[in-house]
Amino acid sequence: MGDVLVRIPVREQEPKVRATNFEEVCYGYNEEEAVEEASRCLNCKNAQCMKGCPVSINIPAFIEQVKNRNFEAAYQIISESSALPAVCGRVCPQESQCEGKCIRGIKGEPVAIGKLERFVADWARENGIKPKKADSLNGKKVAVIGSGPAGLTCAGDLAKLGYDVTIFEALHAAGGVLSYGIPEFRLPKDKVVAAEVENVKSLGVKIETNVVIGKSIKIDELMEEEGFEAVFIGSGAGLPRFMGIPGEQANGVFSANEFLTRNNLMKAFKEGYETPISRGKKVVVVGGGNVAMDAARTALRLGAETHIVYRRGEDELPARKEEVHHAKEEGIIFDLLQNPTEILVDENGWVKGIRIIKMELGEPDASGRRSPVEIPGSEYEIECDTVIMSLGTSPNPLISSTTIGLDINRRKCIIANEETGATSKEGVYAGGDAVTGAATVILAMGAGKAAAKGIHEFLSNK
Amino acid sequence: MYPIVRKEKLADQIILMDIKAPRVAKECLPGQFIIAKVDEVGERIPLTICDYDREKETVTIVVQTIGAGTMRMMDLNEGDELADFVGPLGCASELCMEENLEETKKKSIVFIAGGLGTAPVYPQVKWLHEHGVDVDVIMGSRTKDLLFYIDEMKAVAKNVYVTTDDGTYGFHGNGCQQLEALVGEGKHYDTCVAIGPMIMMKFVCVLTKKLEIPTIVSMNPIMVDGTGMCGACRLMVGGEVKFACVDGPEFDGHLVDFDQAMKRQQQYKTEEGRAKLAYEEGDTHHGGCGHCGGDK
Ligand SMILES: Cc1cc2nc3c(=O)[nH]c(=O)nc-3n(C[C@H](O)[C@H](O)[C@H](O)COP(=O)(O)OP(=O)(O)OC[C@H]3O[C@@H](n4cnc5c(N)ncnc54)[C@H](O)[C@@H]3O)c2cc1C
Ligand SMILES: Cc1cc2nc3c(=O)[nH]c(=O)nc-3n(C[C@H](O)[C@H](O)[C@H](O)COP(=O)(O)OP(=O)(O)OC[C@H]3O[C@@H](n4cnc5c(N)ncnc54)[C@H](O)[C@@H]3O)c2cc1C
Ligand code: SF4
Ligand code: FES
Repeated sequence: MGDVLVRIPVREQEPKVRATNFEEVCYGYNEEEAVEEASRCLNCKNAQCMKGCPVSINIPAFIEQVKNRNFEAAYQIISESSALPAVCGRVCPQESQCEGKCIRGIKGEPVAIGKLERFVADWARENGIKPKKADSLNGKKVAVIGSGPAGLTCAGDLAKLGYDVTIFEALHAAGGVLSYGIPEFRLPKDKVVAAEVENVKSLGVKIETNVVIGKSIKIDELMEEEGFEAVFIGSGAGLPRFMGIPGEQANGVFSANEFLTRNNLMKAFKEGYETPISRGKKVVVVGGGNVAMDAARTALRLGAETHIVYRRGEDELPARKEEVHHAKEEGIIFDLLQNPTEILVDENGWVKGIRIIKMELGEPDASGRRSPVEIPGSEYEIECDTVIMSLGTSPNPLISSTTIGLDINRRKCIIANEETGATSKEGVYAGGDAVTGAATVILAMGAGKAAAKGIHEFLSNK
Repeated sequence: MYPIVRKEKLADQIILMDIKAPRVAKECLPGQFIIAKVDEVGERIPLTICDYDREKETVTIVVQTIGAGTMRMMDLNEGDELADFVGPLGCASELCMEENLEETKKKSIVFIAGGLGTAPVYPQVKWLHEHGVDVDVIMGSRTKDLLFYIDEMKAVAKNVYVTTDDGTYGFHGNGCQQLEALVGEGKHYDTCVAIGPMIMMKFVCVLTKKLEIPTIVSMNPIMVDGTGMCGACRLMVGGEVKFACVDGPEFDGHLVDFDQAMKRQQQYKTEEGRAKLAYEEGDTHHGGCGHCGGDK
């Protein structure tokens, strides 16, 4: 056995090769590797990792089962707390959650909890292990709006309790950001996302796509005319932000949402699909989060030289560490501490470049974060033909503006009780990005779980 | 799946379809649109709602062949199904809202439909007629063979003025010239609604600005989701960024930046755009339709 301070390395596609395809980057552990990595876990009494997990998965317990090769038992332990382990194992920011707190990490590398979670979930899927359906139905109808992690989780939990659940999804396919946002090379759509959606369906949940709540039908109508006794809103935070700089309406400037949706949901990269996409020669992605990394790595795979322009430094990049690392390996160029001031447009209305100003980090503000300030006179221009804006998103007002009595805050987020998901409107619950603003899969999933409990209590006492 | 219950050819390269879509048929109002997808690999195609039957639960769309997406839709027949059909999207026309009816009744309204624009103009005129408001309609096209809906329109409008650019039917000239002629004869209008190709709406707006007639236009930029999620449909209106799919599609025509909107609409059409297309569309852009602006 190797050095216990060091992780069992995980096999990945060669950076040079994967930079030209959309296959999954990371192959994950096989059984032997998983068991060996699991044996690095100290099975701590006072497990710190669990404190870092937003849904408190019993991490030492499931790892213990992996160590003993009881993979199914491991899966059952994870399933008690998480509905989407195959997804979370791939996309959670483990370094700032469970793995960031792992005792092993004090002296060496933390246990690869995320990779183990992924292994267990993949094993369960490959071995046909399904969540258990409710023994009997209670006949009560619940509507779930949005089929992202929040909606899928809430629907799944309610179905297990015997509710008659229908998910309404605005797009033509289920999955939310998992389908339209996060790329294939990080989260395979057919293998992982579709399988999770199928699992939820196999619990009896109906999914009605092509229904935009607030347009096709309103929440009040769902409750008054279609007999839904409770509604969960998991509509995410889909509204893209732009910078408001000159030239932003030029051809060749896209929101990350548009660029990623064309490629992921509508499979522009795949032979046979009709979706057009702009394959730039030189692409500048503005922003430093997961979304920016995904947009940049997608543009790279479509054949472009790709730059990330971000106004803070490397340590401040909000993206998962692994994504930044992968992006660099693949050849993305990071222009840090820089910020666009103008997009340069040619006579036909197309992007021809971007003007950028250099930044430095100023004094820490009240929150302790050092905010970037412009360095006067440091402006310069980069030639490029495509600019992708990845500056964050906010909740879409389509639902809040059409639902009587549903309170939102200044940031257009729906106000909901953290423990129960209850909103200002009776029978209406909410969770995920629609409530918190753009956050993470695991938090959305956790909110979906909490709301399912809240709804169950509400309807049991009604 | 959304069955096609009726298909009719209206003119060269223009077809009408009734689609069974209960949710859309129940909620929709004139001015709104839907997004349709033929099958798994197809594009999401935005189309205006041209009529609806709440009892039969059908929605009428009128489609003109432009590229691969619309061409494949054209190939479908009665009994076939569309994979996806989502809506109603966008805001209803303000003229066709019950709450504005008192105001609307006081107005003298002219609609100008250019080319395919006749289709989206029709439900508005019909709605107004059913609510006791009679309006004038100018409907123009390049040539006689592209005209459709003349009798239907006459049944619901006060006066219908048909124009063709080549003089093969009705007034020889375009909608702008017809409007100028009518105003010259002493007609008074205090609202104009122009729907058609962007270039036509632009010229109508130039004219109505001069004539001081407030003008509403229906914008058709490139769209993806139709719910405000992607920003593909953004355009400048009065110096502000608007998303046509949720803030529109109807806007105050005198405030729209048409030149920019036209450039944006060609994003996947111009030489540069085409060179960058991932999808080999073959030679589907026939040009000359005057509709997409692709040959400008
Ligand atoms: C490109 C990208 C990469 C990301 N990477 C990571 C990552 O690596 N790790 C991580 O933890 N998080 C990541 N995130 C964030 C994470 O995906 C989100 O926080 C999470 O998906 C939120 O889940 P949700 O269920 O609240 O909403 P969403 O996943 O946004 O789902 C909402 C769903 O509701 C639908 N909807 C919206 N309005 C309506 C309506 N009116 N009617 C019907 N349906 C409606 C939408 O179409 C959508 O399908 C990423 C996000 C993006 C965009
Ligand atoms: C709100 C709205 C209402 C519309 N109503 C109608 C209608 O009632 N009847 C009708 O025939 N057409 C209508 N259009 C235009 C129609 O959507 C386009 O003609 C169609 O998308 C072209 O697709 P294509 O694949 O055949 O063409 P291609 O030329 O292959 O399309 C290439 C790309 O450009 C986009 N595109 C090209 N032309 C247009 C255009 N004029 N508008 C928007 N996107 C375009 C397409 O989405 C596609 O992504 C409407 C558009 C909008 C936005
Ligand atoms: S903190 Fe680390 S070593 Fe301890 S139980 Fe958790 S994963 Fe194992
Ligand atoms: S079509 Fe995507 S925001 Fe309007």
